[in-house]
Amino acid sequence: MGARQLCTFMLGDLYLGVDVCDVQEVLREQPMTGVPSAPDIVSGLINLRGEIVTAIDLRRRLGMGPRSQEEPAMNVVVHGEEGPVSLLVDEIGDVVDVEDTDYQPAPETVQGPAREVLAGTYPLPDRLLLLLDTAAACTPGRSL
Amino acid sequence: MSGADDLDEILSEFLVESHENLDQLDRDLVALEQEPDSRALLGSVFRTIHTIKGTSGFLGMPHLERLTHHGENLLSLLRDGELRLDPDITSALLQLVDTVRAVLADIEATGSEGDSDHDDLIAQLAALATKPGEASSAADISNDTEVVTPAEPVGETTTGAVEESVVVVDPAPQPVDDATPSDVPADPSGIYGDAEAGLVDRRRSVADSSIRVDVALLDSMMQMVGELVLTRNQIVQHSTYQEDLGLVRASQRLDLIVSELQGAVMRTRMQPIDNVFSKLPRVVRDLAQSCGKQVRARLEGRDTELDKTVLEAIKDPLTHLTRNAVDHGIETPEERAAAGKPEEAVLLLRAFHESGQVVIEISDDGRGIDVQKVARTARERGVISADRLATMSERDLLSLIFLPGLSTATAVTNVSGRGVGMDVVKTNIERIGGTVEVLTRIGVGTTIRVRIPLTLAIIPALLVSGRHGDRYAIPQANLVELVRLEPGSGPSPIELVNGAPVHRLRGRLLPLVSLEEVLGSGTAPDWSEYAGSALSGDAALNVVVLQADGHHFGLVVDEVHDTQEIVVKPLDRLIKTLGLYAGATIMGDGRVALILDAVGIAQAASVIGERREQNRTDDDIDASVASEDNMMLIFTAADGRRLAVPLAHVARLEEVDPARLERTGERHVLQYRDQLLPVLRVGDLVAGVKDRDDVEGELPVVVFADGDRRVGLAVDEIVDVVTDHVVPSKTSTKGLIGCGVIAGKVTDLLDVDLVLRHALTTLDGSEEEAA
Repeated sequence: MGARQLCTFMLGDLYLGVDVCDVQEVLREQPMTGVPSAPDIVSGLINLRGEIVTAIDLRRRLGMGPRSQEEPAMNVVVHGEEGPVSLLVDEIGDVVDVEDTDYQPAPETVQGPAREVLAGTYPLPDRLLLLLDTAAACTPGRSL
Repeated sequence: MSGADDLDEILSEFLVESHENLDQLDRDLVALEQEPDSRALLGSVFRTIHTIKGTSGFLGMPHLERLTHHGENLLSLLRDGELRLDPDITSALLQLVDTVRAVLADIEATGSEGDSDHDDLIAQLAALATKPGEASSAADISNDTEVVTPAEPVGETTTGAVEESVVVVDPAPQPVDDATPSDVPADPSGIYGDAEAGLVDRRRSVADSSIRVDVALLDSMMQMVGELVLTRNQIVQHSTYQEDLGLVRASQRLDLIVSELQGAVMRTRMQPIDNVFSKLPRVVRDLAQSCGKQVRARLEGRDTELDKTVLEAIKDPLTHLTRNAVDHGIETPEERAAAGKPEEAVLLLRAFHESGQVVIEISDDGRGIDVQKVARTARERGVISADRLATMSERDLLSLIFLPGLSTATAVTNVSGRGVGMDVVKTNIERIGGTVEVLTRIGVGTTIRVRIPLTLAIIPALLVSGRHGDRYAIPQANLVELVRLEPGSGPSPIELVNGAPVHRLRGRLLPLVSLEEVLGSGTAPDWSEYAGSALSGDAALNVVVLQADGHHFGLVVDEVHDTQEIVVKPLDRLIKTLGLYAGATIMGDGRVALILDAVGIAQAASVIGERREQNRTDDDIDASVASEDNMMLIFTAADGRRLAVPLAHVARLEEVDPARLERTGERHVLQYRDQLLPVLRVGDLVAGVKDRDDVEGELPVVVFADGDRRVGLAVDEIVDVVTDHVVPSKTSTKGLIGCGVIAGKVTDLLDVDLVLRHALTTLDGSEEEAA
């Protein structure tokens, strides 16, 4: 019987989480340098204490509309295959303990980009927590 | 470099290395006492002694060689398990280490190994080796020899207990003491105490003047210096707005010191190219022998220094290029004799610094590369289509040898000719930001010129920004010059060729591309607004002239800032694969700026060029008739007729004041570069073209050259230079060789021979007039 902790965040109506072990740090909005011609999901580059980190706009990855101007994006910096990658999200939630027994695969009916980036779900008593596949989230979608 | 110096260098390298090895031996031997059966440790000890033996033999030190030989014998028995390590053997071996160290100290002090032949120790070692398993007898022998270990304790140690062995190994007691609980004391001078102090002091002179440092440590130092450079940039930038003089001065000082530190740290990573070069003569010799050729390798600029990582990256490409030159480039002695060349070929390997880069040239005086053969092979192998080939210049054709799957070697040898290699060479060199260029002349030889950056981590770069204020860094290595097109009177600095903007830079056409257009971050400016008239208002254009892939092009940017040392940081795969950016860096204000990849930008720019081209021209062209050199200069005559001449015949484009045209007899001449330049008008050549006499403004003149004879052709307007296939249809009009569709429009092809004939006749005429 295993338990894990998920770092959760909000993206529009979605309540998403990634394993805390994958998360390096969480940052407020950072100055961003745009990358012309880069894939749509790349929001830009940020300077993370001298290291250059690519910021992925999860909204674009999930095919959602843009974030409202007033709301600053939060950076969830996760360990990627080649180094840290920052995921831009709307709002940071709590760290949630989940049990492996609660795990359920993503429903078949979920389609489109969301299907590609969801690793599964944890139905919690009050809401549905979606587990994000960070590697897939950092790869341009097939549908894009 | 004299032979004596060489020897000294080898000797001091040997000394440094041996001292290190001996220190290692001390540690290994002591560790070995703890676990006498460790094969790894025994192997390591054996190898170390073996190395010293080998080198001392090589350097002609018979005593040292003999001594270590016996040590080696003993160790080989231990290693093979025929003998088990006991304290006697350990002490003997430690004694050996000490003696070797003493001999080395003598060598360092006097240059020779001294007269002592160390027979006692050798006898002891031999005795130990000949009586496997009988440690007590070995101890007897050591008693007899009276050199090393005190007799009684040795006798006691047949039990082999560690505690006792501590007592036994009397000549060097500390190491065992120190090492018993853990493993290794690192400092030999601490171990050997006062008795050895003199030796230790002496050896500091060589061994301590250089140290070996883990490359990983250097890398991390380099990285930290990179951070420091960034921080320095930030502080310097902030301090320019400060009025506190003390702070400004301190930041200037910081600026200076950081630059020096950066230079020093970079120097620690620098190694002479000789590390790679010195191996090549052997490669040349072996290969030449196996091919039955006579080749002499000459090395120049061996002390040219390069960053270690760069050096490592070019090792294989250089070896490959060298082999290639010997195998393909150089002929057999018979062929050379037949061609009137000396039978012995010369392969010159040359390295030098040039404008912040290192240039390495590999030149042979062999047969050269037959460009047409390359083209033929490329077509036969299906590497490239006949259409493409027909449009390529000689230089482009030559670069085909870098395509995968192409080898012009008639026979595949075990060395080269399989058609892999040159493409790998090019890729490897380009990966580190270098370029490869081939220069060749049939029958005379081939030179391969490789340009590589000095270092990869910190590079000087020019900072520019686009219209949206986004900043980019352009590596200085790709930068040719900066041109600012100012508003003002005079002709339009930008002309449109087939919709593509060009600028005439000192008579040569420079294709322009805007930063936004090439990066896809915005639309291109409406070039037609610029073309045809002078720039107005504050519409100055900043053009950064870049070179990449052998082409020059102008990148139009919004603003040009200063040059800075920037630290190259890697990019995520998502962005790297775009090919437009070489990396990113952090600016003084802490924000990220992308580093443009000039080669990628050039490719993107030419793609844009092709796209423009496709919009306008008809690609359905029969390439088989296309001329070899298909750059055409297009101009109009006074009646608006479009005419074209091959650009190859055009020496220069000039604009002259019509008033400077003077008449001599029936001809017009122009005083041009201290010569009289006969100037023809299109009407003089082509039937049915009427020239205007009332030219307003500057008169464009196309200057043709044939040898040192020149002739000018006054035209109405120079339209463009295009690369196009021309399929001329016959025409009977005098002065034309035909007419065809160039850049989508019907254009007459002028008979250049006729023009050049005029150059002769009229020049002769005008000379008479002048006389």
